[in-house]
Amino acid sequence: MSILEIVIVTLIKVVVVVGTMLVTVAYLVYFERKVSAWAQNRIGPNRVGWKGTLQPFADLFKLVLKEDIVPDNADRKIHALAPVIALLVALSTYAVIPFGPDLQIGNYNIPLLVADVNIGVLFILALTSLGVYALTLAGWSSGSKYSLLGGIRSSAQMISYEVSMGFSVAGVLLLSESLRPVAIVESQSGWMWNAIVQPIGFITFLVSAFAETNRLPFDLPEAEPELVGGFHTEYSSTKFAGFFLAEYANMIISSAFIVTLYLGGWQIPYIGKIGLSPLLETLLCFGAFLFKMALLLFFFLWVRWSLPRFRYDQLMNLGWKVMFPLSLINIIWVAALIMIFGM
Amino acid sequence: MQTTTKRRRIKDLNFWEKIYVPEIIKGLSLTLRTMFKPKFTMEYPEVRFDPSGSYRGRPVLVQEENGVERCVACGLCSRVCPALAIEVQAAETELEKERYPVKFEINMLRCIFCGFCEEVCPEEAIVMSKDYELAFTNREEAIYGKDKLLIPVGKLQDRIDFLRQYK
Repeated sequence: MSILEIVIVTLIKVVVVVGTMLVTVAYLVYFERKVSAWAQNRIGPNRVGWKGTLQPFADLFKLVLKEDIVPDNADRKIHALAPVIALLVALSTYAVIPFGPDLQIGNYNIPLLVADVNIGVLFILALTSLGVYALTLAGWSSGSKYSLLGGIRSSAQMISYEVSMGFSVAGVLLLSESLRPVAIVESQSGWMWNAIVQPIGFITFLVSAFAETNRLPFDLPEAEPELVGGFHTEYSSTKFAGFFLAEYANMIISSAFIVTLYLGGWQIPYIGKIGLSPLLETLLCFGAFLFKMALLLFFFLWVRWSLPRFRYDQLMNLGWKVMFPLSLINIIWVAALIMIFGM
Repeated sequence: MQTTTKRRRIKDLNFWEKIYVPEIIKGLSLTLRTMFKPKFTMEYPEVRFDPSGSYRGRPVLVQEENGVERCVACGLCSRVCPALAIEVQAAETELEKERYPVKFEINMLRCIFCGFCEEVCPEEAIVMSKDYELAFTNREEAIYGKDKLLIPVGKLQDRIDFLRQYK
């Protein structure tokens, strides 16, 4: 392919990915409300559009029309910068996650990911860690005690969970011997999914992902009952919408990342043996990726409406005294597997 | 020397509860089961709640079949009303009951739906109805006169039966 073609194809992929991402965020909000309603024997939004399907747009419209209030004590520049960081991080992380095998159209061989980076996993870990700056800066610049507490909590939480998250990922990297997301997916052929090979690592990573995305049971930076919204207490209108969007976009990234690392990415076990046409197989794999992601997203929502929030010290206890040793055990387990079975 | 014996308390968790995961799965399965249960929500403007006779909606005056109100304008309801919502003005009439209210007004912004007026009424002339849809756009509209308060006795039978049974 010539340079021009590469640029055009990449641009198309960027537009498609960001577009689907935003639509998915919108409908994730819708399903969050639906799932919460179902879990409480309610019906949920059903007035705007068919079965309430236009509800997320109505929500967004309302948010944008609201007055943008900045407190007197706030550091105005940083106050405005924080939601931008949150959104930037949330939307750019998706670039390195592969959502399907190579697509063959005519003579072109198009890999189904925006950027095939050799250090993709590192890139995602680095960017999601940057995301915590958004919350901390938001809390710090608001000039409000509640926000500040929320911001401090988010950074403390990040430190205690990033460690076990990193060690869980190390287990995956030992097996795949690469930081390239595509290579990690390809290393999990058949039923050799990392979730099955290293269940402890899967659980620790899953829990850390919940902490990383600030979802219940680890949504301490927000903690509505004690911190009245935490870091976003002083945010309104479009800036609040930015945080809102970023939270859901982060959930999508986390589930895509978990699918890539632990659930075999786009792979369907033994699909190559059926002998389908390459195009159909690619589409099926793409569908499988979306399906796995959707299941995980439902799991995120499901957990939110089932489990109560951890207390702050319980969270630290869990992070340092349980998750951290467990992730170390997982590394030993994977190392032993490699030693004994030479996987 | 004091010996410290470790007694098991009810709030102490056992091993399986301490490792969280089985308990979390229990909780998750509970919410999942709930998701498929029938919903309680009543979709209001289309489906309306039909209360039983024991429901205390807005107070109304009972209108007999011949079109005359039962009220004899004794003013007890007005006296007992804790929110001072009722105003009665009596006048004489040729009918057997001799007295009737010329003016009977209930300020629905003041009414607290306690049902004292109904309880104190010697003639069973003021009862609580099933009407719960009260909305006004200004304060004058909220003062209900006789035109809005008089309801034919047939429509209030549920409440009257309930009162005769329990009052």
